[in-house]
Amino acid sequence: MRFEGDIFRYGANIDTDVIIPGKFLVTTDPRRLAPHCMEGLDPDFSRRVRPGDMLFVEENFGCGSSREHAPISIKACGVSCVVAKSFARIFFRNAINIGLPILVCPDAVDCAASGSKGKVDTDIGSIDVDGKVFSANPFPEFITNIISKGGLMGYVKSRIGDHTSP
Amino acid sequence: MGMTMTEKIIASHAGLEAVKPGQLVTARVDKIMAHDITGPPAFNELRKHSLESYVEPGRIALVLDHIVPPKDIDSTLNCMAVRDFAKEKGIEHFYDIGQGGIAHNVLPEEGLVIPGDLVIGADSHTCTYGALGCFSTGMGHTDIAAAMVLGETWLRVPESMLFTYNGKLGKYVSGKDMILATIGKISVNGADYKAMEFVGSAIDALPMEQRFTMTNMVIECGGKNGLMRVDQRTREYVKARTNREHKEYVSDDDVKYESYHEFDASAIEPLVAKPFSPDNVSPVSDVKDVKVDQVFIGSCTNGWLDDLRQASYILEGEKLAKGLRLIVIPATMGIYKKALKEGILDAFIEAGGVVSPSTCGPCPGLHQGVMGPKEVGLFTTNRNFRGRTGHPDAEIYLASPYTAAATAIMGTITDPREV
Repeated sequence: MRFEGDIFRYGANIDTDVIIPGKFLVTTDPRRLAPHCMEGLDPDFSRRVRPGDMLFVEENFGCGSSREHAPISIKACGVSCVVAKSFARIFFRNAINIGLPILVCPDAVDCAASGSKGKVDTDIGSIDVDGKVFSANPFPEFITNIISKGGLMGYVKSRIGDHTSP
Repeated sequence: MGMTMTEKIIASHAGLEAVKPGQLVTARVDKIMAHDITGPPAFNELRKHSLESYVEPGRIALVLDHIVPPKDIDSTLNCMAVRDFAKEKGIEHFYDIGQGGIAHNVLPEEGLVIPGDLVIGADSHTCTYGALGCFSTGMGHTDIAAAMVLGETWLRVPESMLFTYNGKLGKYVSGKDMILATIGKISVNGADYKAMEFVGSAIDALPMEQRFTMTNMVIECGGKNGLMRVDQRTREYVKARTNREHKEYVSDDDVKYESYHEFDASAIEPLVAKPFSPDNVSPVSDVKDVKVDQVFIGSCTNGWLDDLRQASYILEGEKLAKGLRLIVIPATMGIYKKALKEGILDAFIEAGGVVSPSTCGPCPGLHQGVMGPKEVGLFTTNRNFRGRTGHPDAEIYLASPYTAAATAIMGTITDPREV
């Protein structure tokens, strides 16, 4: 997949409570979650973000609660991909599972500022920040296999299909 | 070279002789937990992909805990969805309102998780159970839905870090202060993706419930799982709750850990984590003039019977400071009943506090004591991220039940040794 958009740049240890606060967890409806994405950190974010825009963040993005509402809300408000220095473990799994494209590339994050223009090609892992090109750390084959099935449930279906059908 | 406890448990569930850190494996799971927030979207995933018929009910535990009793129609619908799924699938380990409480306290108390198990749950504090000498870790609801179908999950074998606590804890210092000291030292990402193994004479001396308090918060430094070796105390705890045979795994003597961290337990004093991060740790004495609006004693971290006993010991016969509110939530209805019988709840109510039914409640800012702008709270919970407990401008300090009780009497953050 190829994406192009403006970069929103944030810092380290951004937790899932600020990505989507607890009071919105009663639903996983993307349309209800989107307006509150990043509310705890940047209250205007969901109004400013445009389809295709990207998050560039530092270490341990998505730490804390396991709420899958966090990547769902990011995807729902139009963010095309998240480039981080590193992801918190549960957020990493959740993003892969729901098909939110994520990339690990500390150098690209260091080069980016809010308002920078980003171009990302997830197939080859290339990240272009204002014309400077970087390569993302590749994922293990097992993970790319889940991504290629459209997320974890697609992978589960393919595994089940190996044995029998419902 | 030998293997750690974590590696041995993962290897045994992956059907492998040995595993090493960094290896990706598929492991059988013994128990899968979901609650009223994460259960319904997991069930939706199963339905959306026509996978419901593959669900194996035996290994699933469903607990209504986050917003119970429900506060509005949305939360009622979530409880109904879990209740219906449990009925439809014949899930034996379903805990409705009044029967269970907070999942991370219910599962150990009901004997559903035992040493040697591999457990996953759709909640980040699933790491709690590791105090029993099992591997347990939190995931999102899609991972849990997948495991409900496959009976297994993929794992990256974590590097193990060794944390040693020797010496005797001082009076009014508890497991909560030990884990705050740890998070303060290594930071919120100090154990990212790693296993945290806790050993030493101070761990051996800790009651089972305070051990859970420590493993509960390994996620606060990014830990994948935290665990402790099985001893006589663990065996007695498990034996009183289930007949299921457990397995004891011990790290080999020649294991090389990713890192080693040593603590002198006798030097640990009552601590707080200041706003807005669990690793922003200071001695209570550094913040002693901070005025507090609300004290909350409860949550999967510190809603155990032991915690209520500690707090009531300090609050017995005392009154709350003027203008301060106290909310107490026993973590499970079992704890609630025992606390009621012991007369512990009287101390809170007579002091002017309120005791709520078992629920996660105010810890994740859901109900039963949500914080307003500029309000200051002292909570015995696990996270104080901005907006976690309600308004983004509310400020939360994390501390032990002893410190919470002392603060409730004095109205400012107070060292329990001074009350």
